[in-house]
Amino acid sequence: MSSSDTEKTASSVQRIIIVGASLAGLSAAEALRSEGFTGTITVIGDEPYAPYDRPPLSKTVLTGLLPAEHTTLPQRVDLHAEWLLGVPAIGLALENREVELADGRRFGFDRLLIATGTRARPWPDSAQAALDGVCLLRTRDDAAKLRARLAAGPKRVLVIGGGFIGSEVASVCRELDLTVTVTERSSTPLIGALGSAAGMFAGQLQCAHGVDLRCNVTITALEGDENGRLRHAYLSDGDTLDIDVAVVALGAVRNVEWLHDSGLAFDSRGIICDSTCRAFNTNGMATDNIFVAGDVARWPHPLYEGELLTVEHWGNSVEQARTAAHNMMSAPADRRAYETLPAFWSRQFGVNLKTVGLPTFADEVVLTQGSIAERRLVAAYGHKGRIVAALTVNMARWLPAYKAMIEARAPFPPVLHAPDGPAELRPVPAGFPPRGQSTHSPIATPTGPGPSISPPEESSTSAKVQDPRVPPGFQPK
Amino acid sequence: MTQQSLYEQVLDYANRANPYPLYAQLRRKPITRQTDGSYVVSTYREIVSLLHDPRIGSDFRKRFVRELAPAGFPTNQEPASENQAQEAEVPVPNQGSETEVIPSFIGLDPPEHDRLRRQATWPFGPPHKPGRVTDMEPQLIRLANRQIDTMKGKASIDIVEDFAYPIPVKMISELLGIPSEDQPHLHSLSEAIIEGIDLDPQESQEERKRRQEQSGQTFKKLEQYMEALIERHRKQPGSDLLSGLIIDHGPDGAMAPADIVSTASLLLIAGHETTVNLITNGMLTLLRHPEVLERLRREPNLVIRLVEELLRYEPPVQILPNRVALTDINIAGTTIQKGSPVILLLASGSRDPTRFHDPDKFDPDRRDNMHLGFGSGIHYCYGAPLARLETQIALTEIIRRLENPRLVHDPPPYRQSSTLRGPRHLIVEIDGVRD
Amino acid sequence: MLRIVVDLNRCESYAQCVFAAPSVFWIKDGESLEYDYVPDDSLRVQVERAAAACPVQAISICWLDEQLGQQRGNHNEQ
Ligand SMILES: Cc1cc2nc3c(=O)[nH]c(=O)nc-3n(C[C@H](O)[C@H](O)[C@H](O)COP(=O)(O)OP(=O)(O)OC[C@H]3O[C@@H](n4cnc5c(N)ncnc54)[C@H](O)[C@@H]3O)c2cc1C
Ligand code: HEM
Ligand code: SF4
Repeated sequence: MSSSDTEKTASSVQRIIIVGASLAGLSAAEALRSEGFTGTITVIGDEPYAPYDRPPLSKTVLTGLLPAEHTTLPQRVDLHAEWLLGVPAIGLALENREVELADGRRFGFDRLLIATGTRARPWPDSAQAALDGVCLLRTRDDAAKLRARLAAGPKRVLVIGGGFIGSEVASVCRELDLTVTVTERSSTPLIGALGSAAGMFAGQLQCAHGVDLRCNVTITALEGDENGRLRHAYLSDGDTLDIDVAVVALGAVRNVEWLHDSGLAFDSRGIICDSTCRAFNTNGMATDNIFVAGDVARWPHPLYEGELLTVEHWGNSVEQARTAAHNMMSAPADRRAYETLPAFWSRQFGVNLKTVGLPTFADEVVLTQGSIAERRLVAAYGHKGRIVAALTVNMARWLPAYKAMIEARAPFPPVLHAPDGPAELRPVPAGFPPRGQSTHSPIATPTGPGPSISPPEESSTSAKVQDPRVPPGFQPK
Repeated sequence: MTQQSLYEQVLDYANRANPYPLYAQLRRKPITRQTDGSYVVSTYREIVSLLHDPRIGSDFRKRFVRELAPAGFPTNQEPASENQAQEAEVPVPNQGSETEVIPSFIGLDPPEHDRLRRQATWPFGPPHKPGRVTDMEPQLIRLANRQIDTMKGKASIDIVEDFAYPIPVKMISELLGIPSEDQPHLHSLSEAIIEGIDLDPQESQEERKRRQEQSGQTFKKLEQYMEALIERHRKQPGSDLLSGLIIDHGPDGAMAPADIVSTASLLLIAGHETTVNLITNGMLTLLRHPEVLERLRREPNLVIRLVEELLRYEPPVQILPNRVALTDINIAGTTIQKGSPVILLLASGSRDPTRFHDPDKFDPDRRDNMHLGFGSGIHYCYGAPLARLETQIALTEIIRRLENPRLVHDPPPYRQSSTLRGPRHLIVEIDGVRD
Repeated sequence: MLRIVVDLNRCESYAQCVFAAPSVFWIKDGESLEYDYVPDDSLRVQVERAAAACPVQAISICWLDEQLGQQRGNHNEQ
């Protein structure tokens, strides 16, 4: 390490702890070392594995092309880190700067990065959730188990929730020639991430690929046989399905519980931090030694009117972790703001879907290139006359151009005269569900202005709306 | 004579051996408008942005020029006046011959481009034939070594004629299923065509037109050859790419016969006129950097990054002269007017100091190297995987086997073209050939 | 041991990596890139060619055997 590096680093920083040994945790550790940090790095993770990648779990691992263990992430620099794997952190003491582990050990730190991510939202009825055949998909072990079930050739797979993970699972089922039903409480799949206009297209893809897609429908109950094996699902439209596998794909729950009584500002929507990734405490002050990154973070993005965002995207975990790492070892004047545009990809039903920007922020969407019939298209999302996001379907090479337009706050609809564009631009409502309604996708969501300190009141009606069993159109009395 | 613009100096043959200082001057302004109404783009950021911009096309037929404002008139920032709005849109005549030539996909825009490119990729690469190029590796090694064997006993060799030209030409011919007895004929056709596309501003209008006519006629000859060849392959298909285009269709269906002809002609020309320059530029650059040459002899895998660095440092395709603005485009403080030709100086972008650290240094260990050697965006070079493998193998083998190679002329004599730039000959003295 | 990861946000599906190392990378359904994170060590040269060829430099490789060994050590510790 050169002397200039030493000066750059806040010299008091010798011990860094990272809680969460996944994508964000690893990316931060890599960034710390490549920026010249020579102190100790301790990575604490409750999963027993070295960091691995999740996106293939609902794609190549499920199709059987890739064994689940072939998802281990490379470590791009020599980390010299201490890995404490297979044991969760259960507490944080701000005053003593200590993290407590489930096995009773305590570790002191100068800087802490919280990268505990999310877990799959479980089926709300725990007895039904425990039936043999009811599956979640978040971890490598989940994926290996689900793969084994799919490989066994079930007579019908039920996917509960038409978000990205649910849709990808359904797509794999069709590739494996399995009969699959998808139930979605909203009017289209992917509605939470892309809106109903694009969601309708996604729904058409599902149907064209032979998915039994049931929108505006919920599962009211799962039922097993005397051996505890899943047998039936009851639908809100009155139907009963004979099934042996159900994949619960109802979105994610943030891993924040271990921070109870820590004095940090968090709630079920995430841990609040500023744009330099510093966590806020419950007094509304940014801490100087606690940083947050990845799926668990909630922070203000300058391009989106300062609303607090949560972004459950691969790219966000990497980039935000790098920013956090930089800021952790920098003197205050050298800290930088995290303002990378959200970006996401998914692969399902024969198409590569990619987005840049924040579709959920939009009120209108317009087709700018390609065509729905060809299943190759670009769509731009607009909010108050400016472009805020773009979606490509099998036309990824155009995305950088749209990214530049979003960064430049270009007007919406964008007038391009692209040779493969429509003769006339016809914006339509993007069709996002009202704020606060739960969705099923790993998505980017604006979650209101902030930093708000008190967690929202969990009223009985909002709990009802959160309950995935409650059918659409439910009116709280 | 009026003073040459910087871009005209780039085109001037007198500057062929080293256009890079001119590019550096051009980069002081990202985009410069030429007196003929075209726009020359010299900086990395702007080139990349335009290569990904849906408002830019590659189809020459979409060009037109407006009656130009008097020279020196600052049209760029000026809002379009009533006058300008009424200006006639005069299409630019077909740059080739009077005879209508259907552009191949390098000169088409989406969606036609995308479909033809997918159809052309079906028998060549993923998803249908992912291993096609890697499977050529053993054959390439044999071919390179056979060429090197012919240098045994000679004290001096021409890298171009004896090595860099024959390898890609044999490979593209075999790939397309062209019988070896036809190869010399095609060699001369391809050369004549390239001469015609290269614009020399020193020439008179008439001379230029005459050369373009001639090149167009040669192109017709090439197409006639291809038509006959395709007929033969249709009757007796082989495992070659051309047979693949004819009989092996993917989800986009069969390519129309006229498109097979233009695609095959495009591949033939691209296969003849590009990789030769990369291999030759590589040899020249190594001879100018003996320490790197020595390293490559010891660490053959260095060639992987070295070839990427060559594509940045001495790229065979220096200029993309064929873009057209499909609508007015505001970029870097300039408005490129609808219908104008847009000229992208790839080689200048790859030497842009705001993008590359120490850009005029040849550094095969360079990590951050997103060069523009093969273009970018939807027209990214189709043959890049083949060109890379050919060059990697060619350079590894020749450096391994030549004893004490020495450059005789520096700079060597260059070919005419400023667009597809490379030495005409590269004479090298050697002490012998290793086995 | 060889390990790779591709930033699929950067990836523009040029398939240069597939051409260079067809048993490690593959294109699914026209545009989606898929790959093996842990390719066999014998494919190292192909993988290096793939990473160098990627026009948007989306591919990262590592083969720090010692460090992985160290990691395994830590697994055993707990
Ligand atoms: C099946 C699937 C498919 C996906 N596909 C895509 C895709 O195609 N494109 C895309 O952009 N994104 C995709 N994602 C999202 C992407 O994987 C996530 O955004 C990313 O994994 C988030 O990384 P992270 O490190 O922030 O959180 P996580 O990956 O959730 O990691 C958090 C880690 O912390 C651990 N942890 C939690 N609490 C504690 C504790 N108290 N103590 C110790 N450790 C703890 C967790 O067990 C976990 O290992 C997908 C996700 C899944 C599950
Ligand atoms: C080192 C050698 C080569 C270099 C430097 C090179 C460079 C380029 C460049 C810069 C482009 C972009 C053109 C544009 O954007 O308008 C291109 C396109 C193309 N190249 Fe190459 N090329 C090489 C070898 C080859 C070979 C060997 C082939 C044939 C097998 C080939 C076939 C093509 C084709 C067909 C296109 C058009 C692609 C499209 O329009 O989609 N190239 N090449
Ligand atoms: S070469 Fe790069 S851009 Fe192309 S498919 Fe591979 S990773 Fe993606």
